[in-house]
Amino acid sequence: MGKTLFDKVWDSHVVTQIEGGPSVLYIDRHLIHEVTSPQAFAGLDQRGIQVFRPQNTVATPDHNVPTLDQHLSIKDQLSRIQVNKLTENTKKHGIQLFGLTHKYQGIVHVIGPELGLTQPGMTIVCGDSHTSTHGAFGSVAFGIGTSEVEMVLATQCILQPKPKKMRITINGKLGKGVTSKDIILYIISKISTSGATGYFVEYAGSAFTGLSMEGRMTVCNMTIEMGARGGLIAPDEVTFEYIKGREYAPKGKDWDKKLEYWKSLKTDKDAVFDKELVYDAADIEPMITYGTNPGMGKGITGSIPSLSELQETERPTFQKSMKYMNFEPGSKLIGKPVDYVFLGSCTNGRIEDLRAFANFVKGKKKADSITAWIVPGSKQVEKQAKEEGIDKILEEAGFEFRQPGCSACLAMNEDKIPEGKYAVSTTNRNFEGRQGPGARTMLASPLTAAAVAITGKITDPREFLAEV
Amino acid sequence: MSIEKFITLKSPCVPLPIENVDTDQIIPARFLKATTRDGFGENLFRDWRYDKQNQPVSDFVLNNSLYSGKILVAGKNFGSGSSREHAAWAIHDYGFKVVVSSFFADIFKNNALNNGLLPVQVSEGFLKKIFNEIQKDTKVLVEVNLENQTITILSTGEKESFEINNYKKECLLNGYDDIDYLLSIKDKIVEFEQSRTV
Repeated sequence: MGKTLFDKVWDSHVVTQIEGGPSVLYIDRHLIHEVTSPQAFAGLDQRGIQVFRPQNTVATPDHNVPTLDQHLSIKDQLSRIQVNKLTENTKKHGIQLFGLTHKYQGIVHVIGPELGLTQPGMTIVCGDSHTSTHGAFGSVAFGIGTSEVEMVLATQCILQPKPKKMRITINGKLGKGVTSKDIILYIISKISTSGATGYFVEYAGSAFTGLSMEGRMTVCNMTIEMGARGGLIAPDEVTFEYIKGREYAPKGKDWDKKLEYWKSLKTDKDAVFDKELVYDAADIEPMITYGTNPGMGKGITGSIPSLSELQETERPTFQKSMKYMNFEPGSKLIGKPVDYVFLGSCTNGRIEDLRAFANFVKGKKKADSITAWIVPGSKQVEKQAKEEGIDKILEEAGFEFRQPGCSACLAMNEDKIPEGKYAVSTTNRNFEGRQGPGARTMLASPLTAAAVAITGKITDPREFLAEV
Repeated sequence: MSIEKFITLKSPCVPLPIENVDTDQIIPARFLKATTRDGFGENLFRDWRYDKQNQPVSDFVLNNSLYSGKILVAGKNFGSGSSREHAAWAIHDYGFKVVVSSFFADIFKNNALNNGLLPVQVSEGFLKKIFNEIQKDTKVLVEVNLENQTITILSTGEKESFEINNYKKECLLNGYDDIDYLLSIKDKIVEFEQSRTV
């Protein structure tokens, strides 16, 4: 029987298999940030051991960092201590750090790919659930807890039960104004936030192969939101083209050798998945969420479900969610007023996302009622955006272009949506309080976020695209 | 180093009959700024437990003196979302030793097991029975036996078995630590590194 792409990568990293238990999985690339690593380093100190393979770990501060005045000392004392701790720990153990003012600093899942650290066929872990992002390159990438961060630092391995395999196939052409973000929000709305728990997902079909690397990353990024360990897409010419020439990409003979291997990374025709799902690209419209988990999403022209559409067991959680959002079950989504727009995060903070947003708002004006924060995913994204004049377009349209970091996606820094306010956000989670205590988040694509920023209310971006 | 052993536990339960309890609710991101593992219990379910003025929300279960115990019983898909191990630390630090649900998110489950917090996955039907029994008697005792992999509602004698992989079971029963195991096979890891061609 043939093997899936996931099997090929996973199996080639198994150091040993514990009978009736997990695999000992070798990790090629380990990414760390300030929030989930300090306790792991403290653990090494307690054991009196050093980092086993420091060259396989790369660090950057992202979760806590301010998005204004990054050249100054971080004001929040706890954040500052955590960021300093990362500097201390990486220095002590000889780990490469891209610190706050470094030209490569940024959200860990944005910088990995853009530096060429993320490569096909690798195992990649990070103490952050959105590590699934890197699966876009045909790597097995997933988030881990701090105890597991410590395992990787100590031994370059973790203990993991092998997940089951699922394939999600979407063929056909995406409609106008429908983006990779809408594809993934559509899938999660179909299968719920636990629909892929226990699985590793492979995405196949023209709806995915037709995407840029940035688009593929958005899809893989949110795979965790359906409960899956991770998601991946077979590498192809688009992947190789993206990696070639990047700072840490293989060069010369090494490139040729790696490329040959990467080209073999495909699911065999006779491979069997534990579960297969198939959707049609033509059924997907711009999506937006209305509730307090990413599975509570709808096509933007639709309505919030009414109670009668739900099973009895689902109702209490749904009603709690509606109370939090202050939405009426059964009501239309279009036209609901919005207060904040946030563009950024490891989901949609890449150059392509900034371009899409800037193209949309070019020559228009931000609605007066909207506060908008545009946060690039990394220093390199920021630099490129400035080179392309995106910062000017944004400023002319009334938007504030800030400095890189996780920012309002999880509101660990000052960028918090105030209580009771509605935010349309290009991020990955609309959980209660995610963007600040009492904040009401609606997830959407950069295009939809742009349309909302212009009108001040939930708006179908296709209304504007039709004018062109 | 070793983790806390788990063998059996007999305790009343704290019911949280909400589905999809995500790790942002268990411990909001703004409380993740510590550099040690201690003290997260204080902020467990912070935004459900306290209001804006930091006053306890009287109808939240952790503020209700009728309920106590070392077993948290929650609706399905518990621990979804972020990989923050702080969620497991917070639950454990608060004093829980077991979380019962009809479904757990993967990363949370791993994190819990790595901290001596036992996730017990039961059927939807059994979960409903536990909630019903707690409703009848807030002090009803539930027994979790890891050796036999069973969970029993002592008032009715109803029992269900639960899954756990043998390796993790041995670790919890004996207090073994994953890193000690990995360090013990370091030669094998080096051998693996040397055998790789690409």
